[in-house]
Formats: sequence, structure tokens, C-alpha cells
Amino acid sequence: MVSHSLALPMICFTTLWGLVGIVAPFFVPKGPNRGVIITSLVLTAVCCYLFWLVAILAQANPLFGPQLKNETIWYLRYYWE
Amino acid sequence: MSSLFRSEEMCLVQLFFQTESAHNCINELGLLGLVQFKDLNPEVTAFQRRFVKEVKKCEEMERILRYLEKQMVKSNIEIAETTEREMVPCPRDVLELESTFEKLEQELREINRNHDTLRQNLIELMDIDSLLRMTEDFFEEAETLLSCSEAPSEDSMPMTISSPRTTRRNSSFSMTGISGPLHLGLHMFQALLQVLSSKNGSQLLKKCFGDFFMGILSFGMLPFRLQKRLKQCHHDITFNTDTQRGPVKKDVFIIFVQGEHVREKIRKVCEGFHASLYCCPKTLFERKEMSNSVMTRMEDLRIILRRTEEYRSGVLKRAAEHLHEWGSKVKKMKAIYYTLNLCNIDITQKLIVAEIWCPVADLASVQYALVNGSEQSGSTVTPVLNRIQTKQTPPTFNRTNSFTEGFQAIIDAYGVGTYQEINPASPKQSLVLMDVLLGGRYIILLMGLFSIYTGLIYNDCFSKSFNIFGSSWSVRPMFHPRGPWQNKTLHENHHLQLDPIVPGVFSGHPHVFGIDPIWNIASNKLSFLNSFKMKMSVILGITHMLFGLTLSLVNFVHFRKFQEIFLQFLPQLIFMLSLFGYLTFLVLYKWSISLSSESAPSILLLFINMMLFDYHPEHTMLYPGQKAVQIFMVVTAMFMVPVLLLVKPLLVYRNRMKSRQQVFSNHLNDEPAADPHSSFSQPQKEELVSMGDVCVYQGIHTIEFCLGCISNTASYLRLWALSLAHAELSEVLWRMVLQPGLKLSSSAGSLMLALLFAAFAVLTVAILLVMEGLSAFLHALRLHWVEFQNKFYEGSGYKFTPLSFDSLTKTQQ
Repeated sequence: MVSHSLALPMICFTTLWGLVGIVAPFFVPKGPNRGVIITSLVLTAVCCYLFWLVAILAQANPLFGPQLKNETIWYLRYYWE
Repeated sequence: MSSLFRSEEMCLVQLFFQTESAHNCINELGLLGLVQFKDLNPEVTAFQRRFVKEVKKCEEMERILRYLEKQMVKSNIEIAETTEREMVPCPRDVLELESTFEKLEQELREINRNHDTLRQNLIELMDIDSLLRMTEDFFEEAETLLSCSEAPSEDSMPMTISSPRTTRRNSSFSMTGISGPLHLGLHMFQALLQVLSSKNGSQLLKKCFGDFFMGILSFGMLPFRLQKRLKQCHHDITFNTDTQRGPVKKDVFIIFVQGEHVREKIRKVCEGFHASLYCCPKTLFERKEMSNSVMTRMEDLRIILRRTEEYRSGVLKRAAEHLHEWGSKVKKMKAIYYTLNLCNIDITQKLIVAEIWCPVADLASVQYALVNGSEQSGSTVTPVLNRIQTKQTPPTFNRTNSFTEGFQAIIDAYGVGTYQEINPASPKQSLVLMDVLLGGRYIILLMGLFSIYTGLIYNDCFSKSFNIFGSSWSVRPMFHPRGPWQNKTLHENHHLQLDPIVPGVFSGHPHVFGIDPIWNIASNKLSFLNSFKMKMSVILGITHMLFGLTLSLVNFVHFRKFQEIFLQFLPQLIFMLSLFGYLTFLVLYKWSISLSSESAPSILLLFINMMLFDYHPEHTMLYPGQKAVQIFMVVTAMFMVPVLLLVKPLLVYRNRMKSRQQVFSNHLNDEPAADPHSSFSQPQKEELVSMGDVCVYQGIHTIEFCLGCISNTASYLRLWALSLAHAELSEVLWRMVLQPGLKLSSSAGSLMLALLFAAFAVLTVAILLVMEGLSAFLHALRLHWVEFQNKFYEGSGYKFTPLSFDSLTKTQQ
């Protein structure tokens, strides 16, 4: 799957967590636990999305690359695409 | 949602009910478990309360019940458990119960007393019996020996005595002070006499004998020397008697004496050793008779004892059936009387006035309960509920279910929330990666789920990475046509670093989910990961704190303290955003643009220089206009500090001046003031807090917030630290424990591998799961309690403790 830089994963995950955190609360059935469930959903969405976002942004424009052993480089040269 | 995060709205309600229906009404309320009675007689001491006698009676009954329970446990009688709800007894039944209890107690005490006496008698009889038996053997032995020997000799035993002397010997045993050939028997008793450490004994008995003592002595009571001596001569006279303290070893002894003086001395010695002395009949016939009578008496006593015990267990069994029921009844009665003590009884003794706190949502059920109660008592007048407005702070009540209970308990441990302020007990609290932990099972479950997610993001599973999506880094472009490397370079250098500038090395799009797997096999992995994790911690921390600050805004809106929004919330928000929000922006911006590694400025240096206003031309900036923006940010932040510090006290001062002037003018204008109380009491109430206090409080708050901002942000770096530690531990376990096991080439390798894997598993669970999990929980909790909650949580409320019979019975068990 060829992704164009950052855009595709960004859209995917934002939509996903947006669904969980913003849309799903509207569909929670009414009951005594409605508040708890909505809170859980929103918190999950915020925490998980933020975590993922920071991880992907940190790697988007690297300033330095990995330092590998020469054996590893040899292996990767031939076995990784 | 707002009710989730706030404690329940409470109202103060006045209750009026009749004295007759008081018990039933309070009983119903207790079963409901939703009202807290307010103390209407706070100046009255505990001993002056109206129902103190009844409470004492209940306590007395509880004491009796405890005594009964102890007796039952001692006799191994089972106490039946009742689960049905009993009706609370009315005052009449209380008297009945009381008399039942007292009777039971009396009976039981009497039975026990009798039992003890009987036992004592039995023991005595058993003593006498064995004593008689022993002396029988003893005398028989003596007789046979005496009848066989002729001449006495000092050192030989056994000795023989001519038979005609036997009868004389017998008779001389029954007389006192006769000297004669009895010194023959002396040598036999020599060993015995050494028991008496007095000189008189041995000298005396060289002459003759007179009376003798028989006694029973508890072996353990003797000093060791005497014990040894006794043992030497009496090896088979010891026997055991069961006493209340368990089996006690006892010894039988005989002492022959002559003379009143010595006899008294020996008697005193024996009493000193707690030996019980019995007088022994001198003739064989008498002894036999005595022995028989003792036997019969013992049999009788045994039967009586058995009957007594049966009766006793019968009484206890009957009581045991009801014990539990009585216990809970008495507990309820005590609670009800205690509650009644809190209420007011009016002059006519017919009406009881109570004030309760109860949740607004449950007013209807309270009403229903009261109506029930009054119906049960058969009174015609229904109780009256009257909700009153009050300025007093109600207790804090958070409705919880089994899911939220764990979280609420943790929050309450920090401080019970002030009435209706935002309750931070949100169901999802973990920010760090860790797995299992002690605590509420839902907390553990949620922590576990989130740590799995974190493991996926960090791409770290037992210190190995998954390569699901393919790496964004490729090695081939580094080699010759496109890059600087040759085959030779590979041979010459042990480690080579990939350069993202070389086209193709970095594919341009970062790894889709989580950290790229190539970092796992890189030797400079930590350089990258540390930078990433530190920045992540700071970002998460600032987000968390801003969330806390927002909650304080919500609180202000709820409590209608709009002034506070401008005095407190806004300056704090601006301070935080302009410094730390800007820091977050810098981090995110630097991540988003592509820079060359030589010219990339360090964020840390940028921030430091920003605070020091240090702008040299050779310092590279991230974006044009950065200098101006930064200066603006710092100046704004610095300006917010005096705003936070001074504006509020100044306003308070101005308000007080104004209200005081108003009071004076009112006072001057109209002497008979319409409502003197309100105009006088209001400034008085607010001036409870003096001006100085306000200034100091505000100063403390400002300093705490501003310095706290910096230290709290740094505090979130523990997220990075824990993550690093955990990753390193995981890697050590792999590299030092499991990997060597997998590399073993010996023939016993499989066995070794099994053992090593066992060690690996144990260490993983103990260190990585249990220890690190606890650590993660603790640090997350600390971050919540300190860094998060000090932005908004006051925690100065008191907990709602309703009268609830359910919780009473729970504490009983």
C-alpha cells in the first residue's frame, strides 16, 4: 500500500478516533451508565489519538538515521525491499 | 454528563414525626440508607442526651451477646446465620429482649460456676484416690520387705524383718512418738527423706517415726533439685490430672515425721510448694473403706458433671439459633437511639423534629419510606417533610457502582471533594505503559488494555519489534550509485549510520503505526527514542494540565463565580499557554518541517534563550519572526504574574470599603433599620477573613501556580523515565537470559533452555509485570493527585454518611 507521505494515515486514524470519541457517544443507549460510557469513549479516543499522533509526527522528518552494524546492513541490503 | 463528574445535589430537609412512629420511621430510613441526620444538639454532651440510658442498655445487651458468643465458640456450638430482614423491635420488645438476655446470662454464669465447683471436687477426689492407691502399694512393699529381713543394715536394701514385728510395725505406724525397731524401715525411707532438705528430717527419723503426711504435689511446682530427688524414689507414682489449664502432672508423696515442731515446719514447706495435704487413715481397713467411698463419690460426680455439661450446651444451642438475629436487632436499636439523640423533641413530647441531608433525586423515596414507617406504627398522622434553604455546605455524595467504586475510593483518599465540585474520578487514568497491578479490577483491566496499546505504539514486545507495515528506512540507497557507501566501507567500518538526506534512504512517509522497526536493531536507538519519549511526555503533561485548568473553569461557571474566571482562570491560562503551550508548539513545529541536521536548532536552547532574552545573530531560528513572537510570549507571561497576584486582593479591598460605607450611611439614615441583621451580618461574615489573609493566600497561590507550572511540566518526564527503564529491563532479560538459552549448542541444551525459560518467565512476571506495574500505577496516581488536581480540585468536603443498616451489618461481619 503506497501512502503519500503523511496524509493517508493521518486521515485514517483521525477519522477512526473521531468516530470513537465524537460520533459514538451519540449512540450510547440511555441508562444510568451513559455518562460513564461516554466519558470512557472520549478519554480513550483522546489519549490513544494523541499518543499515535505524537509517534508519527516524531518520525515524519527525521534529522538523523539509525546506526547499524555492518552485518545488519549486509542482511538488510539483500533481504529487505 | 455533568452529574457524573459532580457530587449529587443535596438538600436539607426538616422532618416532623410523632414520637410513637419514631422507631419505625427511622427504621425505614435506615433500610433506605440515603439520609444523613444532622446533629441538632451539638452543645449537649454524650451523657446529657435524652436517650443515653437506652443506648447504654443496648450496649449492655451487646456485651451479654458477646459473652454468649464466646461461650458458644468455646463449646464449639454453631451460630446460625440469618439473612432475612428482621423487624426492628419497638420499645416494649426492647424490655423483653433485655430481660431475656439478663436471664440467659445469669443462667449461664450459674451453670459455669457449678460446673467449676464440681470439677474441683472431682479433682480432689481423684487426688485422694490415687494417693490411697499409691500408699497401698507402698505399705505393702514395706511390709513384705520388713517381713523378710532380720537385721538392719545401713546400706543394703531390701531389708528383712522378722514377721512377728509386722503387726507391731503396723500399730506403731498409727501412733506417735514411739521409738524402737522402726529404724529398720528408716533406711527404706532414706531416699524419701532426702527430699526434705532440712537436717532435722534425717536426724529425726533415725530415731523413730510418728505421724506421716501424704500429699499430692504438682510436679512442676517443685524446684529442680527436689524434683530430681523425688524422681529417684518414686518412678511410677506420677499421674496426670486434667485441670482447667490442661493436664497437670502431679506427684504423690509421703512424709513421715515425729514431733509437733517438725510437723509444723514440714506442713509449712508443703504449703509453700502448693501441695495439698490429706490425712490418711492409719489402718488398712480404714484405707480400703476410704478408697471405696472415694470411688463411689467420683462416679456420682462424673455423672453430675456430664449432666451439667449437657444442660449447658442445650441452653447455648437454643440461644445460638437466635444469636445472630438478636445481634442485628440490638445494633439497629442502638443506631436508632443514637439517631434519636440527634433530633429535637419538642415540649409536648409528642413530636420529633429532625434535620437530614439527602440527595434531591431521592426525596420521593424518603417520603415513601416515612409514610411506610408511620403506617407500620399505626399512627394516623403522616410525617411532614419540609425542605429548607440553607447556606451550609452539604456533605459530598458520589453515587458509585462497582465499576466506579475503585476510582472513587482513590480520589477520596486524596480528599473528599468539596460539595459539587468536579469529581476527577474519571474511569480512565493510566498514561504510562504497564500491565497488571493491584487495585480495583477495572483499573487493572484498563491499565492492561492501554499498556498493550502502548506496546504497539512503541513497537516493543519483549524488547522485539514487529515489522508489519514495512520499514520506512532502506539501506540500498546508501550504496553506490545513489549514496556514499561502497562495499569497502562496509568491510572497514563496524557501524554505519544511515543519512536521511540521501534520497531514498528515508521513504518520505513515516511508519504508519508506531515506531519504525528499524530502530530496534539500531545501535543509536536510544538517541532517537529518548528524544521522542521526552517530548511526548512534555506534550502529554501540558495537555493534562490544561485539561485540569479547564475543569476549574467549569467549576467556576457552575458555582457562578464569574469574577473568578477573570481573576484566576484567565491569567493562569494565559501564563501557561504563552510559555508551555508555546513550547509544545515549538516541538510540533520542529517535527513538521524538514530541516538539515546541521542547522536544526535545539528546542531546549531555544527555550532557554527565550527566557533569557538572549538573541544572537548566529542562533538559527525555526521560522521567520520567531524573535518577535517569543518576546511577546514571555512579556505576556510575566505580565500575568502581577495580575494574578494583585488584582483579586485589590478588588476585595475595594468591595469591603464600599460595603462599609454603605453600612454607615444606612445606619445614619434610618435608625430603625428595616432589617438590621442582614446588613450587619453580611460584612461581618465576609470579614471573617481579614485583608492580610486574602493577600497572603493569593500570594501563595500565585507562587504555587507559576513555579508549579515549571516543576509540574518537568515532573511529567517521569513518563519517559519509566518507559526507558522498562524497555531496558526487558532488553536485559532477553539478552542475558533467553538469548543465551537459544544459542546453546550442547546436548543438554534443550533442558537448559527449559530452565532458562522458566527463569525468564519468573523474572518477567515479577519485575516487569508486578514491580513495574505497581510503579506505573503509583506514578500515574501521583501525577493525577498533584499535577492534575492542583489545578482545580479543592477536596475540602465531608463525606456523606447516611444511616444505613446495610453498612451496619457489613461492619458487623
